[in-house]
Amino acid sequence: MEAITFFIAALIAVAGACGVVFLKNPVHAALSLVATLFGVAIHFINLEAYFLAAVQVIVYAGAIVILFLFVIMLLGVDRAESMESDPIIGQRQLALLATAGLLILGIFIGVAFSGEVTGVPPIEAQQSTFEGGLAIDNGATSDKVPPQENIKEIGRALFSTRYVFALEITALLLTIGVVGAVVLTRKTKSELDPIPVVEPPSLMRNSEEEIELALGEDEEKPIGETADTSIEDLTNDELEVNGE
Amino acid sequence: MENLVWLIPTFPLLGFALLLLFGRRLGEPNAGWLATTMVTGSFLSSLCVFLGMAGKNSENRVYEITLFEWIPSGELSVGLGFLADPLSITMALFITGVSALIHMYAIGYMHGDPNFSKFFIYLNLFVFSMLMLVLGDNLLITFLGWEGVGACSYFLISFWHQDPANASAGKKAFVTNRVGDWGFMVAMFLLFFNIGSLKYSDIFSSVIQVDALTQTTATAIVVMLFIGAAGKSAQFPLYLWLPDAMAGPTPVSALIHAATMVTSGVYLLTRMNPVLAEAAGWSTNLIWVIGLFTALFAATAAVAQNDIKKVLAYSTVSQLGFMFVAVGSGLYVAAIFHMITHAFFKALLFLGAGSVIHGMHEEQDMRKYGALKKAMPITAGTFIIGWLAISGVPPFSGFWSKDEVLLAAWNENKVAWVLLLIAAIMTAFYMSRLVFMTFFGEKRWGEDETGNHEHEESETENQEQEEISPNPEGEERRTFNPHESPVLMWFPLVALAGLAATAGLLNLPFSHDTKFLEKWLEPVLFGNEVHVLASTSTKWLLAVIAIIGATIGVLSASYVYLKNRVNPTQIELPILQDAWKFDRSVSNFMGGPGRKIFDWITWFDRTVIDGAVNGAGKLTQGIGIRLKTTQTGLIRTYALGMVIGAVAILTYFVSRMGF
Amino acid sequence: MTFAMAIGTEYYLALSALLFTIGAGGLLVRRNPLIMFMCIELMLNAANLAFVSFGKEMSDLGGQMSVLFVLVVAAAEVVIGLAIVVAVMRRRPKASIDEVSVLRG
Repeated sequence: MEAITFFIAALIAVAGACGVVFLKNPVHAALSLVATLFGVAIHFINLEAYFLAAVQVIVYAGAIVILFLFVIMLLGVDRAESMESDPIIGQRQLALLATAGLLILGIFIGVAFSGEVTGVPPIEAQQSTFEGGLAIDNGATSDKVPPQENIKEIGRALFSTRYVFALEITALLLTIGVVGAVVLTRKTKSELDPIPVVEPPSLMRNSEEEIELALGEDEEKPIGETADTSIEDLTNDELEVNGE
Repeated sequence: MENLVWLIPTFPLLGFALLLLFGRRLGEPNAGWLATTMVTGSFLSSLCVFLGMAGKNSENRVYEITLFEWIPSGELSVGLGFLADPLSITMALFITGVSALIHMYAIGYMHGDPNFSKFFIYLNLFVFSMLMLVLGDNLLITFLGWEGVGACSYFLISFWHQDPANASAGKKAFVTNRVGDWGFMVAMFLLFFNIGSLKYSDIFSSVIQVDALTQTTATAIVVMLFIGAAGKSAQFPLYLWLPDAMAGPTPVSALIHAATMVTSGVYLLTRMNPVLAEAAGWSTNLIWVIGLFTALFAATAAVAQNDIKKVLAYSTVSQLGFMFVAVGSGLYVAAIFHMITHAFFKALLFLGAGSVIHGMHEEQDMRKYGALKKAMPITAGTFIIGWLAISGVPPFSGFWSKDEVLLAAWNENKVAWVLLLIAAIMTAFYMSRLVFMTFFGEKRWGEDETGNHEHEESETENQEQEEISPNPEGEERRTFNPHESPVLMWFPLVALAGLAATAGLLNLPFSHDTKFLEKWLEPVLFGNEVHVLASTSTKWLLAVIAIIGATIGVLSASYVYLKNRVNPTQIELPILQDAWKFDRSVSNFMGGPGRKIFDWITWFDRTVIDGAVNGAGKLTQGIGIRLKTTQTGLIRTYALGMVIGAVAILTYFVSRMGF
Repeated sequence: MTFAMAIGTEYYLALSALLFTIGAGGLLVRRNPLIMFMCIELMLNAANLAFVSFGKEMSDLGGQMSVLFVLVVAAAEVVIGLAIVVAVMRRRPKASIDEVSVLRG
């Protein structure tokens, strides 16, 4: 059973990943990302990380990707870029080489050396959760820990001496993130300097015109171009398309 | 009392500083008296230290004091320290004593000179440097003094620098000295590299007890030290500067080029005698061979000189050659003994010559002298004592010390002894020539350029001043009166004459008890003194032969110059006067092919060496400009770089882990 | 019908490597900043998968804890990153990532 789930979930995840990379429209790419995240969540459940699976869906798919979509809609950067050529000379080829190498090495290392893991010595693995070092199922591999035990253990571990400091720090981090986001995106009273237009570096193909071409024109009608587009227009178009 | 040793160089340094600040205000003659007092204070301090040392046993006579650490630089730690041991105190004694007398003389000699106080500034600085040279407890202090005396020699030779000939003589002295200094520096590097310290006590204990130097290294060090000594002590071929250095005032010639600076080379080699003992035989043979050659060479040149000071200059070169013969043969005591007696009689001779020059109104050509004995009795009397001393006539000091040096030559090589004896005979000859031409015979002075004879009646009686007496025709004629020098000038002459006469008592060879100098210098020589294995009768025979040789020299000179039996021009060959044209050939070489070599070296330095250094800079710049292009600013290229890097690291780890 | 095959850690690691590589490739090739961000999220997810699979193998809860923290940090990173993107894109609406290249030598 686990094997079937594994392969199906793997398929979903990889398909989603390829979708992120290859789809032109950013909104489509975001939706592919959601598919990948779901796939990974299923893997988590397979690996008996139940809480994590839930968190993955709620936080990642439910919050972060939504954030992405907000920004996409807000800025209208959904205009598709041309996938034909790359302004930087040789980037595609080198990227292909690098990723091929990375793939081969990664799979090789993962498969060949997965048996020789380093890390937590067995003694520490037998400590109770309260001290922060403990096994998911206390040494016995065949038992499946029920979901409610998992979340209890995680809770205990999180507030144990091992992880409580990290917990507090991440809370601080999130606060800083919020503050930073507000600061970065506020509208100031005075007009800010525009980003200087510099001559593109020699690695890029040619002048700005070719780059414009390479970046692609608007092939599709953008879903939302400016911030002024009202939602009613959207709804009307969709209604028309759908033929209602 | 030995802890007063630091006072010895401090007095002249203080004098230098005070004169630098207040010399012009003090003026003549107080500046001179201040300088003289300072040097006398130095002499008294040396005397105190000497007495304190003499009261101790032979083993306890070495005293070291370090004032402070002068150069703390990693492994090299050089302190400013003084070493008071028999050798250095001996040197300090006669240096300060003779210097004090010469300072007093100079007050009279430089009378009327507009730069009176400047002269004494330089003189005091010179005495300070010389004392640092002999009293230093490590090679670097000695080198400091070495360079200091070289610099002061330059200042003092070109003291009357308005005449370009004097200035270039000073330059020549300095440059030739520098050539020798290269040798000294290389020797210092070698010593430091092999032993790790420049202090004499460290060097000697390493060499003697631990045998730290291989024979090759010791030989190299000895050769380098000898090059340095040859530059300073005017041995062939670096003697060129000494005859030209006579352009300086006579007290300078007496002090620097007779008594003190030129003996630095002998001092250095004697001080480093443990290293000489470790070196291969050929290096010490080189020393005495060159010494012998120089002695002969300079003696032949001295025979034909007409300038009284040049005769004495070549004589100094020759006598220094004698000293090096003794050093090279291993008889250090003989060398030091001859150094001391030479200091006395040569200073005496120079000061006497200065007195003659002063009295003859700056005339230096001996062909214009003659029969000055009556005009300058004190000068003549003291000069005669100096003459007898240098000729080797007993019982004056020169006989005893020269006899020791001849013994050294006999011990080394019989042929060397013969040659050195010839040099000694020639010494007697040219010095007698000088004395006969100057003080005896007929007077050749008293003629002005028009060739008229002056009135002679007033000259022999009038001792005091010159007169400008108009003759009956109404023309002004200067009557030429050579006069005796003032007391300020003849007192040092008398003192030095006494010393020259009696200094032989230092090391009479009759028995071991009378060999005071040898016993005194024993702790410094570490047993490296060579003792001549000759029977007493042989020594007596050699002494008698030496006396006969001196007599031959004197008599032949009197034959030629007093009795005028032989024409002098047969002896005074022009080539001898030109010192075998060696100086001229060196100048020609330096001006001609030498110049081309120097130009090529300059080109090489500019193009290759500077080019390499600048090229390194340009290379870095070029690489920087090329590498700058990797900073594209494009995020994706950076990301690509990161991924490629990650792949590389993974590959490395996989290759290391193996299967 | 059950497959008797046991899914060992190496399968998960292989999958993780694959996802990571796809994410890296996308990062290098796409020019839209938001899509590049999504590729980064993909890579982070691959890492998370690896963490959890190792945690399962070693019976250590540390794997899951790491994932929690990675998640939180990823969230914070997305917040700031998108804020920056918004700030840049406001001034030049048609920008691609290649135009933000002022910092170069």
